[in-house]
Amino acid sequence: MAEKIATRVAYGKALAEIGSDENIVVLDSDLSKSTRTDFFKNEYPDRHLNIGIAESNMMAVAAGLASCGKTVFASTFAIFAAGRAFDQIRNSICYPNLNVKIGATHAGISVGEDGASHQAIEDLALMRSIPNMTVISPADGISTAALVKQAAKINGPVYLRLGRLDVPVVYPEDATFEIGKGVTVKQGNDITIIATGLMLDMALTAAKTLDEQGVSARVIDIHTIKPIDVDLIVAAARETGAILTCEEHNIHGGLGSAVAEVVVSNHPVPMDMVGIEDQFGKSGKPADLLPMYGLTAENIVEKAKGLLAKKRG
Amino acid sequence: MDAHAVLNLKRIATNIRKGVITAVASAGSGHPGGSLSIADIMAYLFFEKMNIDPKNPKNPDRDRFVMSKGHCSPALYSTLAHRGFFPVEDLSGFRQVSSYLEGHPNMNTVPGVDMSTGSLGQGFSAAVGMAMAGKLDKKDYRVYVMLGDGELEEGEVWEAAMCAAHYKLDNLTAFVDYNGLQIDGKITEVMNPEPIGDKFKAFGWEVISIDAHDFNQIEEAVKHAESFKGKPTVIVARSVKGKGVSYMENQAGWHGSAPKKDQAQQALDELDAFLASLE
Repeated sequence: MAEKIATRVAYGKALAEIGSDENIVVLDSDLSKSTRTDFFKNEYPDRHLNIGIAESNMMAVAAGLASCGKTVFASTFAIFAAGRAFDQIRNSICYPNLNVKIGATHAGISVGEDGASHQAIEDLALMRSIPNMTVISPADGISTAALVKQAAKINGPVYLRLGRLDVPVVYPEDATFEIGKGVTVKQGNDITIIATGLMLDMALTAAKTLDEQGVSARVIDIHTIKPIDVDLIVAAARETGAILTCEEHNIHGGLGSAVAEVVVSNHPVPMDMVGIEDQFGKSGKPADLLPMYGLTAENIVEKAKGLLAKKRG
Repeated sequence: MDAHAVLNLKRIATNIRKGVITAVASAGSGHPGGSLSIADIMAYLFFEKMNIDPKNPKNPDRDRFVMSKGHCSPALYSTLAHRGFFPVEDLSGFRQVSSYLEGHPNMNTVPGVDMSTGSLGQGFSAAVGMAMAGKLDKKDYRVYVMLGDGELEEGEVWEAAMCAAHYKLDNLTAFVDYNGLQIDGKITEVMNPEPIGDKFKAFGWEVISIDAHDFNQIEEAVKHAESFKGKPTVIVARSVKGKGVSYMENQAGWHGSAPKKDQAQQALDELDAFLASLE
């Protein structure tokens, strides 16, 4: 795999890899070149069905197909999937617990130039609040491929949060993943940084800087927001005494909130969050937007040090 | 359809209507008006037409039915019960916390229900998905879906209609229960969805208009839909909301209200009298 790959690309390629299973049907809403379901379309054109710019219809059509035994992947941009089609996902897919995977690409502000209308910063909050929904937010191309393939094997609704931007490969090719289990990517004792999506790589960079400054930071990848790895998080709280979460999502309702729920009810420790501070995104290059919204390794280092002061204070 | 068959279906439809009244009255809530208006179509589909078997409700080759106007669950439940999918006595548990017969259809708890519905428009989309599956698998099953005329105000209905025509889903037959009424009054006054047939025609559908209470017309329309290739068919069925119960007929108020005990008894007496008149 290349050094950098967008998780949406890894998603599309993974679909093409598993696509020989005749039960798999892929739906798209006129975005196959962006969501990269076109990789599947090129191999299995008869089972790639464009539903056009009709996301609500697409999700309930997916439910109908799933009720007839199909394993359905339905793709569009995250804002339209989780936002516009929320009712259909909730009522037609999750309530009857049907086998539909939502490949939601272009999540977060790294969408870039399209601007706020297309930058989903609420989708994790929305999707994790629905019963029966499994919510996955992979950090890199390797974990995306593995988790997409696992999602295809489970019988039930899955939300896959994918990004537009080419992001560094963090894991080795042979790394294994399990839905619902977080990964301790770096050990540490002074503080835990829990990250998801493209923030994982930044968290690792931040941890390196903290190391140089004498702070031993543990870094955990929570790729499954729901069901979240309670044991891993509680152990981190117990063993390091402070937790900083990092997400390309509103600080309200996403990873930070999910982790806080676990920490507060099991082993309360000081916590802080790196994320989008309840503001809409804007148009710009991702490289300009990410620092503008505080999504940088530098900000992770700053917040980690602030949290350490709280812990010691 | 011979007179004997029509008579038989009238009996069945009347029993379906009785079940609707029993269910809604027992619950003290529910949607009788739009359940009564579709009882004849339900009788025809479930007792005459559809390839279904109460002993094998999940047969992958079965015909499917989606109650997109999910609030008319009383009609669906009463039909399924009389057809043998579960005991008719269970209808009196409708909407009560200990019952599997919930206010809107739940495909995971009610035998014979092919899709969970309730949020208008979504059942139609799901039916489109089922028809697409049938085409992908080259199977012969037919998919039937029941919509309300008020439901046509939901934009998703038109997304689904566009999709069905685009994918040439001639294995899909939709009904519109055209009773002219919704909760706040006449559909023409609330948010006029007319002309209904013309809209579907413009969306690429084959359109048939019938009297929802005429079994010969119902049969002719369904058979026409079955043999019509290349387009899905919609049967726009002019109906009487509350049909069969004198004080409910053509009343918007009986969309979502339950009859009280004495009203329910009156309704059942009327339906019994009608049954007797058929002999």
